Amino acid sequence: MTSSTADTIRLRVSRYRPETDSAPHFDEYDVPLRKEWTVLDGLNHVKNEIDTTLSFRWSCRMGICGSCGMTVDGEPKLTCGTFLSDYAPGPVTVEPLANFPVARDLVVDITDFLQKLPRVSPWIIRPDEHRDVEPEVEYLQTPGQLDVYRQYSMCINCMLCYSACPVYGLDPEFIGPAAIALAERYDLDSRDHGTSRRIDVLGAHDGVWACTFVGECTKVCPKHVDPASAIQRYKLKTALHTVKAFLLPRGAR
Amino acid sequence: MSDGVVRAAHDVLIVGGGAAGLRAAIAIAETEPRLDVALISKVYPMRSHTVSAEGGAAGVIAADDSLDQHCYDTVSGSDWLGDQDAIEAFVREAPEELLQLEHWGCPWSRRPDGRVAVRAFGGMKNMRTWFAADKTGFHMLHALFQTSLKYPEVRRYDEEFVTTLLVDDGRVHGVVAIGLMSGRIQAITAKSVILCTGGCGKAFPFTTNANINTGDGMALAYRAGAPLKDMEFVQYHPTGLPFTGILITEAARAEGGWLLNKDGYRYLQDYDLGTPTPTPKLRSMELGPRDRLSQAFVHEMEKGRTGQTPYGEVTYLDLRHLGEKLIDTKLPFVRELCLKYERIDPVRELIPVRPVVHYMMGGVSTDLDGATPMLGLYAAGETACVSINGANRLGSNSLPECLVFGARAGRAAAEHATAASGPPPAVEAQAVDEIRRLEHDLLGGGTGTESIAGIREEMQTTMEGAAGIFRTGPEMEKGAETLTELQERVGKVGIADTSRSFNTELLAALELANMLDLSECILAAGRQREESRGAHQRTDFPARDDERFLTHLLVHRNPDGTSRIERHPVSITRWPPGERVYGR
Amino acid sequence: MSPSGGTPTDLRPYRPRISTWWWTRKRSYIVFVLRELSSVFIAWFVVFLVLLVYAIGQSEAAYRNFLDWASAPWVIALNVLSLVFVLLHTVTWFALTPQAMEVRIDDWKVPGFHILAGQYTGLVVVSLFVLWLVTL
Repeated sequence: MTSSTADTIRLRVSRYRPETDSAPHFDEYDVPLRKEWTVLDGLNHVKNEIDTTLSFRWSCRMGICGSCGMTVDGEPKLTCGTFLSDYAPGPVTVEPLANFPVARDLVVDITDFLQKLPRVSPWIIRPDEHRDVEPEVEYLQTPGQLDVYRQYSMCINCMLCYSACPVYGLDPEFIGPAAIALAERYDLDSRDHGTSRRIDVLGAHDGVWACTFVGECTKVCPKHVDPASAIQRYKLKTALHTVKAFLLPRGAR
Repeated sequence: MSDGVVRAAHDVLIVGGGAAGLRAAIAIAETEPRLDVALISKVYPMRSHTVSAEGGAAGVIAADDSLDQHCYDTVSGSDWLGDQDAIEAFVREAPEELLQLEHWGCPWSRRPDGRVAVRAFGGMKNMRTWFAADKTGFHMLHALFQTSLKYPEVRRYDEEFVTTLLVDDGRVHGVVAIGLMSGRIQAITAKSVILCTGGCGKAFPFTTNANINTGDGMALAYRAGAPLKDMEFVQYHPTGLPFTGILITEAARAEGGWLLNKDGYRYLQDYDLGTPTPTPKLRSMELGPRDRLSQAFVHEMEKGRTGQTPYGEVTYLDLRHLGEKLIDTKLPFVRELCLKYERIDPVRELIPVRPVVHYMMGGVSTDLDGATPMLGLYAAGETACVSINGANRLGSNSLPECLVFGARAGRAAAEHATAASGPPPAVEAQAVDEIRRLEHDLLGGGTGTESIAGIREEMQTTMEGAAGIFRTGPEMEKGAETLTELQERVGKVGIADTSRSFNTELLAALELANMLDLSECILAAGRQREESRGAHQRTDFPARDDERFLTHLLVHRNPDGTSRIERHPVSITRWPPGERVYGR
Repeated sequence: MSPSGGTPTDLRPYRPRISTWWWTRKRSYIVFVLRELSSVFIAWFVVFLVLLVYAIGQSEAAYRNFLDWASAPWVIALNVLSLVFVLLHTVTWFALTPQAMEVRIDDWKVPGFHILAGQYTGLVVVSLFVLWLVTL
């Protein structure tokens, strides 16, 4: 049995209304199968022409804002960069991102991440922070120094990594790949001196040590941030830090 | 308090969490830490449209550059409609702001010696555009957002949509907002409100803008009684991808890209923009101002020299001669976008491009400190019109604009809040009315006879025809009539989604109402301005007319919903009106 | 900046439960679980090696008893299975090492391939040495 005619494709979309539903169910829609159309275009077609009650997040449609992450055929994807033609003849199953509470239809609650992010102090920490006057020139940073952390600065906070991480799914206390990658981004930034401030948070049981290096976060990251590498490098950093703290007297640290 | 009509009271409430809003919040948190500041946005701050900006941010730092030259480039770029006192302040403060961002961690691209690098940009005589690869807006926004996390005392209302301003006796006292997750509609009072909600590109069918750019703040101000300024000036960016409208940054041309017609000819040389040189010449050819480049496209189209695609006419951006190494270093995001959305590799192939709506020079009328004529109401960023951009904005001026005026508006709003008294009891009744309107009239209205998407599409088609790159009086008249009809039909829209949780259909209806109001303002001002200047080009009045129209036009809303236009003088300090020359 | 509160109680979000069999859903999850399981077999090899060394240290007779015991079918089967898991362990962890450590010489980042090649070269060299020792 074909699930579509040659120029349409069927979307199986997860629906959930908290007022009336105890669990999500699927609704099916046939949308045009155009070679330029992404899954997001398909969902917008559904909302505009077929079922105006479908709710989902989207904004930039060019893979930079991080709003439109959803589970497509079991994989976390940015729906604005996922083409329907790659799933022909379909059907394509579209569900909310895994590992997050589902608020409505394809919308998940990501407040957990927003609460975790400030804990890693993701900002430049200077040694002379109480100084009132900022220097009148830039902090020098060579292209080589920028290259050291550049990759980890590319995170768009799309949450696909949290969705793919089985540890986060089983243990929601885990601070998570994106937060750790951002901590590493600042640690590696030559202008930052905040590693000692961050390391206790990252070295805690719900920090880097909850990670078992499954590596799925890196696989699904649409911006090639490679959060898994940030986490493993951070593990080495916290381990060395602990050893040093153990061996050296307080003053020498 | 948090469950009743009034949810909370703050000293300053910032609406919108992009570059301008975040900059304002940080400015207040740093300079007036005793004040109670809150930021409310319909999306999480890192989703704000600032994130999509690519090319760069201008600020004078090179030894052979000068503040006066940046001023002159901006004044001439604005076709002399920019307020020169504002431009002088902007040009002076831009480098300080960009430096501040560097201190806050923004990864500006560097020279080998470690100092910040600058590149050329359209309409600029010197290289002064700071850049972070070709994701400048992304890096700036994340640096600002992450820095703002240093101030946990700034309360954030994420994913909450402001539906109206609370105004009493000509003063602003707060807002009413819908929490998207909870569905609760409540008032939040504040002594100062700063609108930083960006532009309104979604009123048009082809735009670089995101889904969220529906002019919410401008509409809020307009309906509350604050005037909008220079609304007729809509910028068409010359290089957007066909179908999606995704932006291909001006930086591609600054690095040496060429614009070719279907015959492979660098057609800009036919339009008084200079003669082609193998490497880019500043203020010439592909580095001319955006309005002139978009107009050249239309002329080429009329001559039948544009390429045909299933999604309309295009010209071609040629980056092949730049080489793979340069493209991967300076324009990696451009290459990524072309590969993904056009299945084209710019290293080897031509990129099809066309002008798409990109930026609103117009907006809520403010002074140099972001203050509107309405007490307690401020605006900054694309939402505001100070004006530094006049009739046409130069590329890489809008990011520093957000920083300079976001900070200024923040400080001014803070000062006002320090001295202001709390909201009068009358605002609670207003809030109750608004809650009733939303709950009964909209949510409780049942099914209607009109569709939101249908009316939105008709509005967009109308605006493309009436407020395109070239306009005529009769077309704008006709467009205005269609909009009046659409305003009436939108009242018959029913909202099928009765859930209170994340009701994006209700959101779309409210956004559509905002865009319709603003579209009417654009055409009202457009009809009044009987000249061609910058981005407002009329084939029935093809010349610039300084005698009659060297003035801003303010659109005011009358109590009956119609609009009236008033004039507002342009500040001219050191650059008397002259001829706008490029390529010579 | 602090985010405003989470979801209210009157609109209950749906919290999907993770099944015990979550790891069977994707090939990469299965490989991950097998990789983790391989450490059990690494432990077994260590124990086996310790027992072997101890037997050699005791006497010739103890060594011969050990070899007899080691040639029992179940021990052989276990060791073959362990070898497979040790190889899996080696291959997967070698592949992950470049991700876990970044080596930079001045501004140049050593490509992952070099690190991978280095590990395999080391493995071959050590294996050849041990082989030489054993066949001495």
